[in-house]
Amino acid sequence: MTALDDENRAAIAERHPEIFRTDWRRRSMIVTGLGAAVGLFLFGIVQLDIPLKRLSDGLFMLGGFLRLMLPPDPGSWAQALIYLHALGETLSIAFLGTLGGALLAFPASLLAARNVVANRIVHFLSRRGLDTIRGIDTLIWALIWVGVVGLGPFAGILALVCSDFGTFGKLFSEAIEAADRKPVEGIQAAGGNHLHGIRFGLLPQVVPILLSQVLYYFESNTRSATIIGIVGAGGIGLQLAEQIRVLEWQRVSFLILLILVAVSAIDWISSKLRFAIIGRRAIA
Amino acid sequence: MLPVLSPKHPMRAAIPELPQARLQELADHYANAVAAKRRQMSLGSAFLVGAVLAAGWMGDVDPWKFAENFWRFPAYFAGMVPKFSFASAWVDLAEWFWGLPRWMRLLGDTLLIAYVGTLTGAIGGFVLCFLASANLVRSRAIVFLTRRALEFCRTVPEIVFALIFVLAFGLGPLPGVLALAIHTMGALGKQFAEVVENIDSKPIEGVAASGGSWLQIVRFGAVPQVLSNFASYALLRFEYNVRSAAVMGFVGAGGIGQDLIEAVRKFYFTDVSAILLLIVATVMVIDFITERVRHHLLGLQDAGT
Repeated sequence: MTALDDENRAAIAERHPEIFRTDWRRRSMIVTGLGAAVGLFLFGIVQLDIPLKRLSDGLFMLGGFLRLMLPPDPGSWAQALIYLHALGETLSIAFLGTLGGALLAFPASLLAARNVVANRIVHFLSRRGLDTIRGIDTLIWALIWVGVVGLGPFAGILALVCSDFGTFGKLFSEAIEAADRKPVEGIQAAGGNHLHGIRFGLLPQVVPILLSQVLYYFESNTRSATIIGIVGAGGIGLQLAEQIRVLEWQRVSFLILLILVAVSAIDWISSKLRFAIIGRRAIA
Repeated sequence: MLPVLSPKHPMRAAIPELPQARLQELADHYANAVAAKRRQMSLGSAFLVGAVLAAGWMGDVDPWKFAENFWRFPAYFAGMVPKFSFASAWVDLAEWFWGLPRWMRLLGDTLLIAYVGTLTGAIGGFVLCFLASANLVRSRAIVFLTRRALEFCRTVPEIVFALIFVLAFGLGPLPGVLALAIHTMGALGKQFAEVVENIDSKPIEGVAASGGSWLQIVRFGAVPQVLSNFASYALLRFEYNVRSAAVMGFVGAGGIGQDLIEAVRKFYFTDVSAILLLIVATVMVIDFITERVRHHLLGLQDAGT
């Protein structure tokens, strides 16, 4: 094959001028957009007062930490058992938090779904309420619950219940609103009332979707549960924060490794269960 | 109840009836299916109850302590409500939000931390996602290694990175930005790679067939197909990162979190509620804006294909 020579190229350009014409409007839009993004980035660096010199020093120190982290080592068997217990606490926090949040969110999501409760005010209030709860981070909920029930994993469970309540409420209500209306209409046409329509028309459609969403969040909650210990709400985060503060780097890397293994295991189990529930199709 | 037609009813004649043996067989099948479903359900419930009890024991769940102390939860929020009367609404409001200029500055810092972190991470994820896509890279080893690296960045919580970075880089927004950037790189790298693996392979083959290098294949074959999707994912990540940046201050990594945790620890209740309200309002505004932009972007994509 011969390469396109200049003469050919010129001929093609002459035959299709609209393809070779420079689109100035599009180009200027792209340049403005990129310029704004870069400008804001630079403004951020200046405004946040990020010292670029400290970047190199810090990277050097980080390299030192990394060297000290190898090999990962819990210290002693007794210590390793303590860490495993903390990991168990973390998994319990994630499990009970997800479950509790889902159970509480289910009735709330029915309220927030337009095709179940047709009242505009109820819809608006429940949606905004769920948004507010969702806007508060799990760590902040953990801080609040530590003040209520004291330090320990129980506070962590309640914190996850609260933040999951907001997330699940929104996800569930969206799934319910996306459900097909026809089964509900069929049941009402056969003489069922509104509740019958929800129970036999709506729920059989949405429950598998809701379950798969819950299982999906179980994994991300395991990750959240590993960190709420930082504010004293139990689990492996407490140990991790402590070991980082006292610069026991080998233990830190052991704990991080433990977290990685646990999260991957939960991910594997929950995706297996999810596929078992809804089959191998895409998860909305 | 549906009315049951009597055997002598004329309508009955219109419906053909199955022989008794066949009916019995069908009824047995149905009963078996129902029983199997019941068995499955009860087994699942028993397993769930067992898991709940085990987790409850492990997680120190104490219903008595909960019942005894639950009043503190509404009391906590009641305590956060400031002194407020309509007669002196303006003065009360000013007193409640006494630190507004400082908090607004910190909120601005929080947003900038989220922005700079997201952008840096998105660029990193953009570069790495092509290496993690099996349809663009032949070498299994490169794909495998890139994916594991992204997984590591994604799985370690950002606040753990922040804790470590605070020690290395000192207090301030820098460790927060870096922690968010690394986490974002892991999360976006994975999502981007999934998008790239689902693109149409014809443009790629076209560029390869006309002699393009690997970079040209990526630039002219892959990127035009994925850009709007990438932007949409990056915006979603930005939304998430705003929430994360708000708590980065808990470990000394800049932003409004520093003031929030101080107010909580020192029981300045009205300050807590003021800062929480500001955070929630900011998060809602950002959610609203990014959702708008994302719908616009996805609309562009639909129009393009």
